[in-house]
Amino acid sequence: MKTGLEHGVSLRVEGCAKTYADGTRALEPTTLDVASGETLVLLGPSGCGKTTLLRIIAGLETPDSGGRVLFDGKDLTSSPIERRNVGMVFQSYALFPNMTVAENIAYGLKIRGVAKPERAARVAELVQLTNISGLEDRRIDQLSGGQRQRVALARAVAIRPSVLLLDEPLTALDAALRERLRSELNRLLRTLGITAIYVTHDQAEAMELGDKVVVMRKGAIAQVGSPRDIYFKPADRFVAEFIGAANIIEAPIEDGRLMLAGGRQPVNGSEDLTTAVAMVRPETIRIVRSDGAALNGVVESVRFSGDRQRIVVRDVSDKPLVVDTANTIEVAVGERIGLAIAPEAIRFLPPDRR
Amino acid sequence: MSHRSFVWLCLLPLSISTAAFFLLPMAKLLITGSEGPKGFSEYLSIVVEPRYRMTLINTVVLAAATTVTTLVVATITGMFLQRHRFPGRSLLIAILTFPLAFPGVVVGFMIILLAGRQGLIGEVTSRLSGDKLVFAYSIHGLFLGYLYFSIPRVILTIMAAAQKLDPGLEEAARSLGAGPWAVQRDVVLPALMPAFVAAGAIAFATAMGAFGTAFTLATNIDVLPMLIYTEFTLAGNLATSAALSIGLGVITWMILALARSFSGNAVAAAG
Repeated sequence: MKTGLEHGVSLRVEGCAKTYADGTRALEPTTLDVASGETLVLLGPSGCGKTTLLRIIAGLETPDSGGRVLFDGKDLTSSPIERRNVGMVFQSYALFPNMTVAENIAYGLKIRGVAKPERAARVAELVQLTNISGLEDRRIDQLSGGQRQRVALARAVAIRPSVLLLDEPLTALDAALRERLRSELNRLLRTLGITAIYVTHDQAEAMELGDKVVVMRKGAIAQVGSPRDIYFKPADRFVAEFIGAANIIEAPIEDGRLMLAGGRQPVNGSEDLTTAVAMVRPETIRIVRSDGAALNGVVESVRFSGDRQRIVVRDVSDKPLVVDTANTIEVAVGERIGLAIAPEAIRFLPPDRR
Repeated sequence: MSHRSFVWLCLLPLSISTAAFFLLPMAKLLITGSEGPKGFSEYLSIVVEPRYRMTLINTVVLAAATTVTTLVVATITGMFLQRHRFPGRSLLIAILTFPLAFPGVVVGFMIILLAGRQGLIGEVTSRLSGDKLVFAYSIHGLFLGYLYFSIPRVILTIMAAAQKLDPGLEEAARSLGAGPWAVQRDVVLPALMPAFVAAGAIAFATAMGAFGTAFTLATNIDVLPMLIYTEFTLAGNLATSAALSIGLGVITWMILALARSFSGNAVAAAG
């Protein structure tokens, strides 16, 4: 759908660090490129610096000297937020309670001196796009959480921002609504072709929305990559464990096999390794008959969750192994089972930097 | 004892205090006001009698000026103190709220020290221009005194309200292109409206009825509390002073109710 709202700059963050007056380092020097129209997700646990980075891009925080923020190659480091033409969506919605839905959406246009008929036309277009038609004259306190966040989104997009910045926009909503809004948001971002930076601590959100995901940890970037890359090829143990569930196995290697308590597991590309830190995703492990299997273990617990089940198997590796499997397989606690893992499902991680 | 009778027992202090401090004195005041030679029409004298009406207008203008000036000064100060952290900040807040403890007499005394015949302002102006500026003993001195008295109260209310403001609101407005003035006009001030009404009501009511400061400054300042005092003690005119008291109460209450409903409508209309 063409909306006439397509826009978006390329964005470059160059050597931006943030140190607060009391000496705490919220962000290590960070360099990042975002292509025009791309959705970049900043993902990490709280305190990892993702919000600080977003606020530096927005112009709400100034980076330490030396850092630069460029929109389409233009240095905007010293411009305050009101001159950067960015749209912002907050976790708290931050809608103006003294204005109606329509007045909220039109506020940025009014500030820019856009004439009334054009404002009304744009509001009409945006309520359509964000599925809030009919709510134009409502007061903010008459809206549900999901409606509020749609209004906030419409308000941010109304000014045709160079970059749309979203700071945990779905965190305050309940699970079902969060999922619905997530796919609506996805559709909207694709429709608008807008450059967007999305901050979240929720990896499912990051996976679904991001063209590119930046995993952050302790004020620094741990990995940048596509959602598939960071899931299947995590750069280190932190990323592997933060994104999805991961079995981390530490074991010696002999003749291209991991030497485990429960058997010998063939692996690929282990020629110059004698010990390994290996990652196996739970859904890549298959349960097979015990006799003749490469790996053997004892079922410690079974957690049935309807669409699938999670089985914990002990005596295979140094730590119990988590296995996600189809809901039709029946195993009992204490039963001896065999496990099969394809060699290509095992990924070596660099030894921990501690 | 049953729960029901326990609740009734707990209502006893309320009933006693309502009767002792509100119902009985008000009833007595109402009756006294109508016992003069003019009967119940005494109640109209506050608006009918030219001298009383002038005093009423003076008082309302003074109270309104005090309220507006206090709100302006206290809002700017309170917002600044709430938003910035600097060494000596808590000491400054403590000093600013110091006048809360002063009775009206002390405030009046301080105004005399500042703007009286031997006051600081008089001293400075006579050195500079040869003319001694003295305004402590007039309605201007009273205005200054009421400001001094009201500002600390309002600052505290504004600071508490400003603390509850979602900083995201201002950031959202700025991201939409609003400069500092537009942010204040469109976001901060509307959000503080309830605090303005609450704090302004206290400042206004205080300025309408305060007596100590006026009495300390001069006995001929033309405000309602002084008029009531002179009618009562000097002229011995019980009925008039009772009727004026009721009038002062009712008019203050009416203006506050009006302001509240107006600001309520303003918020509803804007939102």
